[in-house]
Amino acid sequence: MVDRQTTSALLYLDGISVSFDGFRALNELSFIVEPGEMRAIIGPNGAGKTTMMDVITGKTRPDSGDVYFQEGTVDLSKLDETEIASLGIGRKFQKPTVFEMHTVEDNLQLALKNDRGVRATLLWQSTAEQEKRIDALLDRVRLKPLRSRIAGSLSHGQKQWLEIAMLLAQDPKLLLVDEPVAGMTDVETMQTAELLKEINRHHTVVVVEHDMAFVRELGVKVTCLHEGSVLAEGSIDDVSTDERVVEVYLGR
Amino acid sequence: MLTSRHPLIHLLDRGAVLFLVLLGAFAIAIPVLNLLVPSGSTFHVSTYLVSLFGKYVCYGLLALSIDLIWGYVGILSLGHGAFFALGGYAMGMYLMRQIGTRGVYADPILPDFMVFLNWKELPFFWYFFDHFAYAALMVLLVPGLLAFVFGWFAFRSRVTGVYLSIITQALTYALLLAFFRNDFGFGGNNGLTDFKDILGFNVQSEATRNSLFFISCVMLAICFLICRAIVTSKFGKVLVAIRDAESRTRFLGYRVEAYKLFVFTLSACMAGIAGALYVPQVGIINPGEFAPANSIEAVIWVAVGGRGTLTGAVLGAFVVNYAKTYFTSGFLAEYWLFMLGALFIGTTLFMPRGIIGTYNHWRANRAERKDAERDGAPPLASPRAAE
Repeated sequence: MVDRQTTSALLYLDGISVSFDGFRALNELSFIVEPGEMRAIIGPNGAGKTTMMDVITGKTRPDSGDVYFQEGTVDLSKLDETEIASLGIGRKFQKPTVFEMHTVEDNLQLALKNDRGVRATLLWQSTAEQEKRIDALLDRVRLKPLRSRIAGSLSHGQKQWLEIAMLLAQDPKLLLVDEPVAGMTDVETMQTAELLKEINRHHTVVVVEHDMAFVRELGVKVTCLHEGSVLAEGSIDDVSTDERVVEVYLGR
Repeated sequence: MLTSRHPLIHLLDRGAVLFLVLLGAFAIAIPVLNLLVPSGSTFHVSTYLVSLFGKYVCYGLLALSIDLIWGYVGILSLGHGAFFALGGYAMGMYLMRQIGTRGVYADPILPDFMVFLNWKELPFFWYFFDHFAYAALMVLLVPGLLAFVFGWFAFRSRVTGVYLSIITQALTYALLLAFFRNDFGFGGNNGLTDFKDILGFNVQSEATRNSLFFISCVMLAICFLICRAIVTSKFGKVLVAIRDAESRTRFLGYRVEAYKLFVFTLSACMAGIAGALYVPQVGIINPGEFAPANSIEAVIWVAVGGRGTLTGAVLGAFVVNYAKTYFTSGFLAEYWLFMLGALFIGTTLFMPRGIIGTYNHWRANRAERKDAERDGAPPLASPRAAE
């Protein structure tokens, strides 16, 4: 493993362990993500994918191990969700969580990179520039006609896209995307893959996904988790032909 | 010309304007009917009714303060009566100090209950309460500070939902017990009463009662506008976001506890103002105001009127309290609590949006259907309509 002092990685996890009531969700998990990279994380249920996201975003504290951000300069295990989010780590949840009672536009308005303080939001006024940014984001996720629609009335796939647009609105350095194509049609899945590839041109992305066709479509380096640690890493072809991976997935 | 994007349009939507117009008409009509219409006329409003309506307006303000935190941030406080009562006590202390030598024991400094308890000097926390400005400051400061300290611990520890409701309930109950004690220094069981005058005016006089009623209406209007400004701002959108998806809001980088703390403290100050205006109009404040049942009743007003609507909270306070006055003065008096309970259950089961909420929902649906008919497109609510 690279030493954290000299690492060039954007995200650096080393020897992370997390237990819940004796169950080891993460077991000495280590991997790094370089700036500008897109990484797909696969693994069977209970492999620790969501717990790993929780550790990175400050929802769960690791029992042991190091989590560093931005070339080892920021120790994420010492910060809470709000601080980590303002550092520039955005997260899309497995279940699409948009603000159902707000319009599509307001959802993006809330997500736009801005001062998050109490006073700033009390006195806030929309600007033409922000309207333009929202327009651009809506275009990008094909939701422009639905701008003033209540988010709760969107279809499942549209909510997923809205949430991705909200991530982009935050302009994060690192996007963590948890199962973006769960419940999507095949067409929507392929469109989402395109969207993520496009996003990856300017952002570092970590995608957790079950859907192998989708991961193949992304065509990026894959990390396979099993029982809380890395089982295999490499291209999708290498990983999917790895005997241990096959065994874990098919349960031989 | 105001464009549709202008903040004033959002601040004063149709419902808000209607509310302010009705409140203004009420604020002017009642004193006119009391002071200018001769007492023999059918249109005359008795001075008793003026104070009764003044009491309703104070309850309306309390309900508004609860709706701000319950309807928009999802903080269900079952102890908001505590802030109301604290504001009331601050005002009561001022009124007690105004009695002076007119008390039963005619002590120029000490209120009667202190003389009765054989106290020789004024406790330090009663100092300066003879100045109205100081008392008015305390009306805001005491409930505000308590809410700030309480909220700081509760929200930082991420106490939410039913757990938060229970500790707010415990808070008001603890204060009830404390204020019941004679040695606590606030008149014990009897509380503070027998007030003579406020700012030099006799609290019993018609003119004072009408003025207090009018001022209560003005304060309600001001607080309503403050609440509107908050809920229509981006801050208000963050509040609703917290209510609907708290952890999502955190992951967007908002400091949820700071938002909750701000609005909780503000709400407590408003409840304090309501209590302060209530006390001179009813002529007494005692520990009974801290009773948990009072706080729960106030929550029912909001539920009946429609939470998350502001106007509904005030309407609910009026409707339920009018019903209470009506039913508790007749042969149905002993069944009032059952009726109140039935009202709450009925509202929850059959009209969960409350009066105003149900009306808004019906109107939104109708507008949507009309749009759909005009455009010949399927209604907006159906998913995937635009695909």
